[in-house]
Amino acid sequence: MSISADIIRAAPTEPCQPWPRHVLLGEEWRAMAASLGGEGAPVLLALWADTVRVHALLHEPGSAWLLASTGIADGRYPALSPHCPSAAWFERMIRDLWGHDAEGGRDARPWLEHGQWPVTAPLSVRPPARQSPAEPPEFLAVEGEDTHQIALGPAYAGIIEPGHFRLSALGETVVRLEIRLGWLHKGTLGLMRGKSPRAAARFAARLSGDSTVAHSLAFARAAEAATGTEAPPRAAALRAVMAELERSANHLGDCGAIADIAAFGLLSARFCWHREALLHAALVAFGHRLMMDAVVPGGVSADIAPGGAEAILQALLALGKELPDLQRVYDNSSSLADRMVGTGIVTPALATAFAAGGFVGRASGRGVDVRRTPGYAPYDRLTFAVPVLAAGDVDARVRIRLAELGESILLIRTLLAELPEGHLAVPLPQATSEGIGWAEGFRGDIWHWLRLDGGQISAVFMRDPSWLQWPLLEAAMAGGNVADFPLCNKSFNCSYSGVDL
Amino acid sequence: MVWRRIASTLRHGPAGLPAEPLDAAATRALAERLEAAAQRRLGRSLAIWPVDGGSCNGCELEIRMLNSIVYDLERFGLRFVASPRHADVLLVTGPVTRNLHEAVLRTFDATPDPKWVVAMGDCAIDGGVFKGSYAISGAVGMVLPVDLVVRGCPPTPAQLLSGLRALLEANAG
Repeated sequence: MSISADIIRAAPTEPCQPWPRHVLLGEEWRAMAASLGGEGAPVLLALWADTVRVHALLHEPGSAWLLASTGIADGRYPALSPHCPSAAWFERMIRDLWGHDAEGGRDARPWLEHGQWPVTAPLSVRPPARQSPAEPPEFLAVEGEDTHQIALGPAYAGIIEPGHFRLSALGETVVRLEIRLGWLHKGTLGLMRGKSPRAAARFAARLSGDSTVAHSLAFARAAEAATGTEAPPRAAALRAVMAELERSANHLGDCGAIADIAAFGLLSARFCWHREALLHAALVAFGHRLMMDAVVPGGVSADIAPGGAEAILQALLALGKELPDLQRVYDNSSSLADRMVGTGIVTPALATAFAAGGFVGRASGRGVDVRRTPGYAPYDRLTFAVPVLAAGDVDARVRIRLAELGESILLIRTLLAELPEGHLAVPLPQATSEGIGWAEGFRGDIWHWLRLDGGQISAVFMRDPSWLQWPLLEAAMAGGNVADFPLCNKSFNCSYSGVDL
Repeated sequence: MVWRRIASTLRHGPAGLPAEPLDAAATRALAERLEAAAQRRLGRSLAIWPVDGGSCNGCELEIRMLNSIVYDLERFGLRFVASPRHADVLLVTGPVTRNLHEAVLRTFDATPDPKWVVAMGDCAIDGGVFKGSYAISGAVGMVLPVDLVVRGCPPTPAQLLSGLRALLEANAG
């Protein structure tokens, strides 16, 4: 029990499924914020807003998840960032999208807003037309003789998403990395408002293309929670098959890309070969290589195709056969170890403070996996290991991925062997309600929240795991080598589109 | 394992998929269009620079797979380069976001003539699901002169490859 959690629990609630949302007065919110960051205090998972309130999702370590809100007064709310650094990016995003100022916030610089939209605060009730022209971004100062800056992006070599990385360096040593995102902002949250969950699912599926299944799943589960429905057992099992396929394909792609950056061609080629085989199997089984739009609110859009299970099992058999060999090559290559081991370290304390999920958290000792707790079907009846390491370097992030690959292969085999019979989807009733849903994507825990008004979405937020992982990349690069940046960045493989919304 | 794999590759040849035949009619139509646009020819190889104009990353995933050993791009004379200044083709994905609009224009300006623009994916062709958002400038065609479109959400590597090969053939023909 902590002071913050006690303050939240004492506040009156508004209905939200499956957990009620506590509404705090300004003073209570301020007191709750002040006791964040202490020993045993809840960690922040997400901070977002609607037109009249800000909402926070917090996790009390080893215990419950808490939803807290406070009203906006005179366009402001008390900031969380002075006590909880991971809130800073969220506060900047809230200011840019809804126009609510975080009073006392650590960083008031724009984030998604680059001065290019025709309006400001586009999600506010009446977005005002833009008055001032775009201003060049400000970066944090780095003082000292002989420091120089390296500006990377938004256009750079490599087939990756656009971001801007400002490396301040002293010779070849990074003094500070500062990340500037928002380039891919497509106005997704605004486009989802006024639509039914079924229609809005297409946007959730396109928040981050590599996590299309996981985001679709978290969104579907939020809509199902709000409407008090549950996907039929066959749909839940097929969703898990897709989610594990997505996880495996992405881990293979990442391992291949990391090997490629370390100029180890053979591993890169073989991992990508298996990734392609899995994507092809997904095409055979579910009609789409990335399985986009296959998970829908209420269930799945189609059954697994005849021969689909065999195609997946065949691809997994080939992968399972070669994986130990690939692991051995990785283990025994000193040129790889030289690049990976000890590079880009995230300390367990930092991973815990930022509530980092996925391989970033697990490589630094934080083993949270939402498939286990709070859990969801069908994982509640499956056994699987969640690998955890403590080194926190590039090597540990690769090893977590390889270990998770093995687990996913076993999970898919079990799921396909015991596919329940029955319906594929249930219709969602029209409701005026609120719900929160979660899913474990390949990057970590994904959270979606939505409010329905007569069956249509009136407010929504989608939290990609990268919100809490990008800032750790900044920390991991401090004191590192400039030339290690691509390798370190790839080992995090955070989503750009996922946080640019 | 490394040497065993290399020996096996030497014995059995490369692991890539065999090349599919091209759609001759589509290639001819593309050649006529390029002719009409009075594009200068570049010979039998194309250097490609991918431009993410605001995609969800789905298209980039498939471009990366196209660049893997499975499709073995370089046998066709196609290759990805590390700067727009080395490129013949800009492969543009995504609805062009307002925040990236200027970066896309500057990338186009940085690419030497003659050059082609390929709009990849449904978002790039007409804005896709993001049509009408305050945050996007619109389809790639609203921002740059588009020479070829490759449909799909995202297009598969095979679809992308046949589009690029058609461009190569039309260009060389």
